[in-house]
Amino acid sequence: MADQKEQETSVFTEEVIKEVIFRVHRFSPDDGKPPRMQDYKVPVKRGMTVLDGLHYIRDNLDSTLSYRFSCRMAICGSCGMFINNLPRLACKTQILELEADTIEVKPLPNYEVIKDLVPDLSDFFEKHRSVMPYLIREEEEEKIDPPTNEFLQTPDELERFLQFAYCTKCGLCLAGCPTVATDKVFLGPMALAQAFRYNSDTRDQGFEKRLELLCVPEGPWRCHFAGSCSEVCPKGVDPALGVQLLKGQIVFTKLGLKKPHKIAPLATEKPEAKRRPGIPEAPPRTVKKE
Amino acid sequence: MREPTLWILHILAGIIILIFLGIHMGIMHLDTILTSLGVGYKNPLSWSSVLIRNKALFFTITYILLLGAALYHGFYGLRNILFELSLGKSAQKAVNWLLFFVGLFLFIYGGYAAIAAYVI
Repeated sequence: MADQKEQETSVFTEEVIKEVIFRVHRFSPDDGKPPRMQDYKVPVKRGMTVLDGLHYIRDNLDSTLSYRFSCRMAICGSCGMFINNLPRLACKTQILELEADTIEVKPLPNYEVIKDLVPDLSDFFEKHRSVMPYLIREEEEEKIDPPTNEFLQTPDELERFLQFAYCTKCGLCLAGCPTVATDKVFLGPMALAQAFRYNSDTRDQGFEKRLELLCVPEGPWRCHFAGSCSEVCPKGVDPALGVQLLKGQIVFTKLGLKKPHKIAPLATEKPEAKRRPGIPEAPPRTVKKE
Repeated sequence: MREPTLWILHILAGIIILIFLGIHMGIMHLDTILTSLGVGYKNPLSWSSVLIRNKALFFTITYILLLGAALYHGFYGLRNILFELSLGKSAQKAVNWLLFFVGLFLFIYGGYAAIAAYVI
């Protein structure tokens, strides 16, 4: 019991364990200076992430430093950076786990830099948009009268694409991709894995439409299966697998060996949910319904 | 829709290379084992052995198939590498035609050598 208490206090200690040098990429399109690296001394406490280190610099040493972040818990995918020569999420990278006295922080490679550590992701999102990453339905009735009920999908059908649905669009995969490094028009692992994700969803009927968009020279054929995208993916999505499965999907369709997947039907009735005994009522709304 | 077809052919060419190159390596380097099993040639690198293979229709066909598969596989790979240099559409077209004609020329030249060795 005493040991456990001691361990808990040591985890939450505010004690400075060591001081590391943050070597940060600086660039501003307005000041006319070429990109450069600037050093900052950062006192490190247990549990500090690279993002915390950048916050420390911005709050105490240099308020002009620009970087992108939001959730601080590896969900939003905003703080992708090139940390000690690997694309990583700054909020998920513990400074002490890097086991280095100098931490080099640069913007993600394979993207244009807007300022300091902020990459321009507009091309990345354009590639994502180009593969129609949404459910496409062909039922004319559904277009006129959009369904309010859910589509029925079995757990097995969900399992076929669930892994790829965990993608947070952080852009690390494209930063690690050796093909994107030379071929800027290559669609990249994220967009291709997402194309596979929607092609494999039984609620979707857009495979034929996506096929036209994917059968271009800059499509999945450019992937050499280096696997760097999967290596750097912070969510374990394994986009390289998605790209290979997508190739298989297209090839088997082309050879006439792939049957179209079963289309998820629309639930005819809203499932009635009953409150289990002992579960309290929800608290009253803070905002009134209009 | 041409890209998936080209890629499928690339994979098929790879399989053909694997099979025929396997046969070639077996004949060239496993002659002791093969001859003890009643197949293959003794001293496969000797002139008489080369002549015997050149006069066999099976080998002439496999040489031509292997040549075609290797040329296609190699040139498709080269095309991929060149396309990754962010070429424009017209440059891509030029690369396609250039590689097609160079590949065709080498195939005719190599095919002629295989057939000539069989016929003459």
